[in-house]
Amino acid sequence: MGPFALPTSSKVTPGKLFPAPPGARRPRRIEIYRWDPEAGGNPRLDTYEIDTDRCGPMVLDALIKIKNETDPTLTFRRSCREGVCGSCAMNIDGTNTLACTKALDDCRAVVRVYPLPHLPVVKDLVPDLTHFYAQYASIEPWIGAQTPPPADRERLQSREERERLDGLYDCILCACCSTSCPSYWWNGDRYLGPATLLQAYRWIVDSRDETAGKRLDDLEDPFKLYRCHTIMNCTDTCPKGLNPAKAIAEIKKLLVERQK
Amino acid sequence: MAKGYEVITHRYDALVVGAGGAGLRATLGLAERGLRTACLTKVFPTRSHTVAAQGGISAALGNMGEDDWRWHMYDTIKGSDWLGDQDAIEYMCREAVPAVIELEHYGVPFSRTDDGKIYQRPFGGMTTRYGEGTAQRTCAAADKTGHAILHTLYQQSLKHEAEFFIEFLALDLLMEDGECRGVLAWKLDDGTLHVFRAHMTLLATGGYGRCYFSCTSAHTCTGDGNAMALRAGLPLQDMEFVQFHPTGIYGAGCLITEGVRGEGGYLTNSGGERFMDRYAPHARDLASRDVVSRAMTVEIREGRGVGPDRDHIHLHLEHLDPRVIHERLPGIAESARIFAGIDVTRAPIPVLPTVHYNMGGIPTNYRGEVLTRRGDDREAVVPGLMAVGEAACVSVHGANRLGSNSLLDLVVFGRAAAIRCAELVKRREPHKPLSGDPIDRCLARFDRCRNARGSRPTADIRLAMHRCMQSHASVFRSGEVLRQGIAELQDVVDSFAEVRVSDRSLIWNTDLVETLELENLLQQAVVTVHAALSREESRGAHAREDFPLRDDENWLKHSLSWLDEDGRVRLDDRPVHLFTLTGDVDVFPPKPRIY
Repeated sequence: MGPFALPTSSKVTPGKLFPAPPGARRPRRIEIYRWDPEAGGNPRLDTYEIDTDRCGPMVLDALIKIKNETDPTLTFRRSCREGVCGSCAMNIDGTNTLACTKALDDCRAVVRVYPLPHLPVVKDLVPDLTHFYAQYASIEPWIGAQTPPPADRERLQSREERERLDGLYDCILCACCSTSCPSYWWNGDRYLGPATLLQAYRWIVDSRDETAGKRLDDLEDPFKLYRCHTIMNCTDTCPKGLNPAKAIAEIKKLLVERQK
Repeated sequence: MAKGYEVITHRYDALVVGAGGAGLRATLGLAERGLRTACLTKVFPTRSHTVAAQGGISAALGNMGEDDWRWHMYDTIKGSDWLGDQDAIEYMCREAVPAVIELEHYGVPFSRTDDGKIYQRPFGGMTTRYGEGTAQRTCAAADKTGHAILHTLYQQSLKHEAEFFIEFLALDLLMEDGECRGVLAWKLDDGTLHVFRAHMTLLATGGYGRCYFSCTSAHTCTGDGNAMALRAGLPLQDMEFVQFHPTGIYGAGCLITEGVRGEGGYLTNSGGERFMDRYAPHARDLASRDVVSRAMTVEIREGRGVGPDRDHIHLHLEHLDPRVIHERLPGIAESARIFAGIDVTRAPIPVLPTVHYNMGGIPTNYRGEVLTRRGDDREAVVPGLMAVGEAACVSVHGANRLGSNSLLDLVVFGRAAAIRCAELVKRREPHKPLSGDPIDRCLARFDRCRNARGSRPTADIRLAMHRCMQSHASVFRSGEVLRQGIAELQDVVDSFAEVRVSDRSLIWNTDLVETLELENLLQQAVVTVHAALSREESRGAHAREDFPLRDDENWLKHSLSWLDEDGRVRLDDRPVHLFTLTGDVDVFPPKPRIY
């Protein structure tokens, strides 16, 4: 085996320290990954000390406080601030989650914030999700049916059939699961990853969709599906409490069953 | 090109700005009709704020009891306190039925009834037989209806191979000879500037809830399209009408759907009293949002609020069957746990009226065409420009929107605008010339913000605006407080000349994004308080303590506000459409509004 090392340019170096304001009653250290594409150079870890007595309860509140009061150059995505849009997905204390629903009280003494792992970094905490979105589009995530729907009323679906979509349609495409998966880190170019496979399963089990056979055909591939090795990081990390690993297992089961 | 910025030009038949429910519905309608369409959006489509809509989308399907679109129309007009345009409301309520069926056919995972139809729940102000009974009209996918609809519309857009330009911030409309010829936009991930030329530009940029300190709106709800219209010399309509949702979580401001009350939840004060009985004996907790928000505010003011500071109200659903909560309200159970530390099966949720929705916006007709005043013509169409969704003021919501009419507005008028646009625009037509002037003007504004070296950080000025709006243009208003607000806000606006941007880069410069958004918000805040001072009556969400009654004689009209280049607000008005579109229903003349 040849020598193995990360490129020197990706080594994270110590950065600046922004000390707590004088009179801070409950200071807390937050270390944040910084990288500016226009300045170049290595990424660094800046340290911000904030007064948590004058800050909202969530990690996102802390990031916004830092941006507002200390360092306006700090860059991250955010929108709904209530855990439904998926913008502020990042790695906090080593776990992928949403900054808006992760309480500072549930973090380590020194909070460490990185972008989602194993994605190209655009700037600071903003990763490039282009490939992730393209994979989502590749499974044709829309209803497929040859039978035309009734002209002026809804298709019928029993409550039990509808219940099968719970825990699937709720996915917010935050990419926490896929970017926590070691298999996705290695083979993310060809392995679809848990988020996209969860979405594939959402359509396979929808009683209104008539293309489950084709969907299974498309997934029957050593890379797209079978790079899942049941590591379970996806389910462990999902900030919405969904279970992508189970969805993947169900797809595998359907593929086995249809060979009988 | 000006200031040394290189600008990349794109040419499309149609351009949609914004990819929430309205933008996506318009985009897919245009793509379906073969127009070369670009949709540009500052966030990835499924991150748009439509995703946060919870309770549902209204349509008189009659799945859970008798219903009629005319009853829906009456409720909407009454909800609007008669300020809504009745032709547009007729169109919306009638089209609601096919629009929701279409969504189901697109694959929206609606909750279901025992016989497999779309589940419908009661909602505020929704009645049967013109106010007699309670209608079950709001079609729901648990309490994640916005999420379900937004994701489905994005999926359909992928199916139709619509072209998206994601994480592009639209800066300004490119207007020439009174026509819109496209938009200038900034691409965040590589810092380049882009001119999008289009025969028709559709603004679907949402509301501007972030003018206020506390709102249910996302950080990105900065009404960029409204401000772009103002800067293009166009008026905004009915900007004084800002809806406070009765149940934002105390402190965090996150939304708790009205669907909670639809499923049987209720509000209490410090005495444990169901106080809505006194304010709306018939509809009780399911009165219109403005009515409930005012009642809550009065309770708190008169010392009957809950909590150590007696400054909020309790929302109860502990009495509901946990299975109902699990099946129909799982999202709010999660929100209440995370943001209020509450287990909803055991304790009430602390709530407070919170800024939620802007009834006002860019004036349009029911086809989505933007209107302005030209001489004596108070409804002159602006060529090349349309608006849909919360950014638009059609006006179907008038002085107060009913819950679950917003998702409906998005899909009905998103579709209507696409249809109208396809009638007006010929495919692949050559573009009219565009001189460099409009582009240069827009670039100059961009460059000025980017290099702002004043003494006031963006966040400081924004906080001053938040505080001013929160205390001067709230649930109750008065002339005196509004006049103070106007003076204070003017100081805030003046301080923007001293703004300081610290990040000079072009790639993902969110310091600059927030500064440009702040300028947008300030312009909308200014017209909001001026319009509010001008309207000397109480109607819907606009409650004046010095003018407590509705005054149909003088004020049954839409307000129009322009913002001149020197920052002065110019006000005018236009009549409310007290006529219908077809003969299938009669006009509902104004009458007292009692719930």
